[in-house]
Amino acid sequence: MKLTGWGRYPSFDSTIFAPSTEADTIRLQKGLASFIPRGNGRAYGDAAIGSMSSLCLRGLDRIRSFDAATGRVSVEAGVLLADIIATFLPHGFFPPVVPGTKLVTVGGMIAADVHGKNHHRSGSFGDHVESLRLALPSGEILTCSPSENEELFFATVGGMGLTGTILEATFSLLPVETNWIRQETVVAENLEAALATLAGHDETTYSAAWIDCLATGAALGRSLIYLGEHAVLRAVEALKPGAESKPRLRGAGLPVPFDLPSFALNRVSVAAFNELYFRKGALFAGTPFLNEMDPFFFPLDGLSDWNRIYGKRGFLQHQCVIPAEYAQKTLSEILGRIARRGNASFLAVLKKFGPASKGLLSFPSSGYTLALDLSIDSGVFDFLNEIDRLVVESGGRIYLAKDARQSRATFEAGYPGLARFREIRRQIGAENRLASRLSDRLGI
Amino acid sequence: MDTGKSLLVLGGTSDIGRASALRFAKEGVAILLAGRDLDALTREAQDIAARTGVKATAHQIDILEPGAFEAFVNDLPFLPDTILCVIGLLGEQGRAQTDLAHATNILRANFEGPALLLGLFAECFEARGTGVIVGVSSVAGERGRASNYVYGAGKAGFTAFLSGLRNRFGKTKIRVITVKPGFVRTRMTKNMPLPGALTAQPQEVAEAIFRAVAVRPRDVFYVKPVWRVVMTIIKAIPEAIFKRLHI
Repeated sequence: MKLTGWGRYPSFDSTIFAPSTEADTIRLQKGLASFIPRGNGRAYGDAAIGSMSSLCLRGLDRIRSFDAATGRVSVEAGVLLADIIATFLPHGFFPPVVPGTKLVTVGGMIAADVHGKNHHRSGSFGDHVESLRLALPSGEILTCSPSENEELFFATVGGMGLTGTILEATFSLLPVETNWIRQETVVAENLEAALATLAGHDETTYSAAWIDCLATGAALGRSLIYLGEHAVLRAVEALKPGAESKPRLRGAGLPVPFDLPSFALNRVSVAAFNELYFRKGALFAGTPFLNEMDPFFFPLDGLSDWNRIYGKRGFLQHQCVIPAEYAQKTLSEILGRIARRGNASFLAVLKKFGPASKGLLSFPSSGYTLALDLSIDSGVFDFLNEIDRLVVESGGRIYLAKDARQSRATFEAGYPGLARFREIRRQIGAENRLASRLSDRLGI
Repeated sequence: MDTGKSLLVLGGTSDIGRASALRFAKEGVAILLAGRDLDALTREAQDIAARTGVKATAHQIDILEPGAFEAFVNDLPFLPDTILCVIGLLGEQGRAQTDLAHATNILRANFEGPALLLGLFAECFEARGTGVIVGVSSVAGERGRASNYVYGAGKAGFTAFLSGLRNRFGKTKIRVITVKPGFVRTRMTKNMPLPGALTAQPQEVAEAIFRAVAVRPRDVFYVKPVWRVVMTIIKAIPEAIFKRLHI
């Protein structure tokens, strides 16, 4: 059947297999050529579309063990992050790293080595994985950790499923006193101020900036910077006297019932939205308040199937990281081009990364990362190739989990671990056996 | 609310069994899972224990081997407060018409095995004076239809058995509950096209069972109320007409 990523572009034929147990998984994958493990299909581009077939791991959704004293949890790879939060937040535990959606599987989080708003302090998800069980293409199962089969471990973390099927993983949850985030919003009038604000909040647990991509001239890069901490009980009492310390989590969001027509998002509608959004945020700037976890971490999960707002053609995500010394120059050039082009970007997020993550193909590295949505129109591919050139010139790279179109040259320039990664793939017999449309496109 | 302290699920790896065990475990009820595949049961038991912190254990039993039933009952670590039987085998009607072994398995897995095993537990409950038996039967047992009457006949027998048990214990503290879920979206039905309005999720069945045991006691019920209407109509159709229908 036709399979796409979350961005609904590109679309390829791939046969889906959905095992419900580990034994099923091993038996199935032994007979498959050119397959890729797939989680909940939240990678935007072609990462989870198998060249010939895709092994959907959602059936492996059991929790293996949980230690309430330490927060250590072992789960099967198909467990959703949302399930982990719903199960353990009531007991006072929260995942150490969460991406912008909780509708991802643990296996997917490891394969993409996802990061969250706390990367500058806590690293990426892979930094918290204590061990994982990996099924090689041969069917052999290996336990991998930073101290056991460590080369394979660091190839698998961020390895986009190209080293084998992750079956289980063990990591530790973070103890939290309440279900609230103590949030503060800071207004940055331009890019320079945004970068300085993010750099000045290294001690804050969570930080990220929402950028108004249509602001130009002196206001180029104007942002709302969201800062957050897990609220301790005392903070809840101070900010919201009498509030419950553990408000209930929200259920699934309202669905987008149909594909919006492609003209629904245009320069005028997005500019109006951005203006309103910016003013509303600015209104509350400077005053700390309590926010619930879902709107703070997963604002778009509140709108299920939000990918349909870009219409049938789908959309592209573009996320790059730029080393700090070039951030001001390169990011202002990128933002300037986007503002001039006027390609609607609902969501543009800027975030400061900490030291590079350790996976051979992990995306996060020291510097600033900018994430954009772009609807697909004529010229958008050429436009992004130009943006990629700026990224490469600054020594940056493009995030594979979001990518659907970068060139081999861009990819090879950004990922120095690639040669070693290919070597490991050869050693474990993964070449030809494990292949996604992404690995075909980029020659991994 | 009286949840009891322990629940034994017969058919512990089924979707309805798993959802029900999790629902009871959330209230602190200890869980015993029984079924054929010990590895699969252990996986579910560990999942339940990790999620809820309750004790959950796995126990092997084959519903087609009644010779082992007494030992199974005696070897359980304790006599549970509540027993939920979700064991069933849909089978293939066409095959059952010519393959006697297949038809036999369907009848035994839906009727003979569950009835004999619950009958043994009923004796234990009578000796103790308390206990709740929940049997998951089927709307298919209410009127035989060409498309699945071997399965339906097994379920009809099971429904009658539960009805008799309930009558026997009607004046005691022992309760017997018959659940008719209607269509449920499970592994058993995953390749069947099911009408949305008549189809329940395993979690809805689990919630209904939990309520019938612990919140609002019930004897016989459908999970989705619309089934009461549907089955009233189906049962009211005169046989001379019914025999010509394809439903």
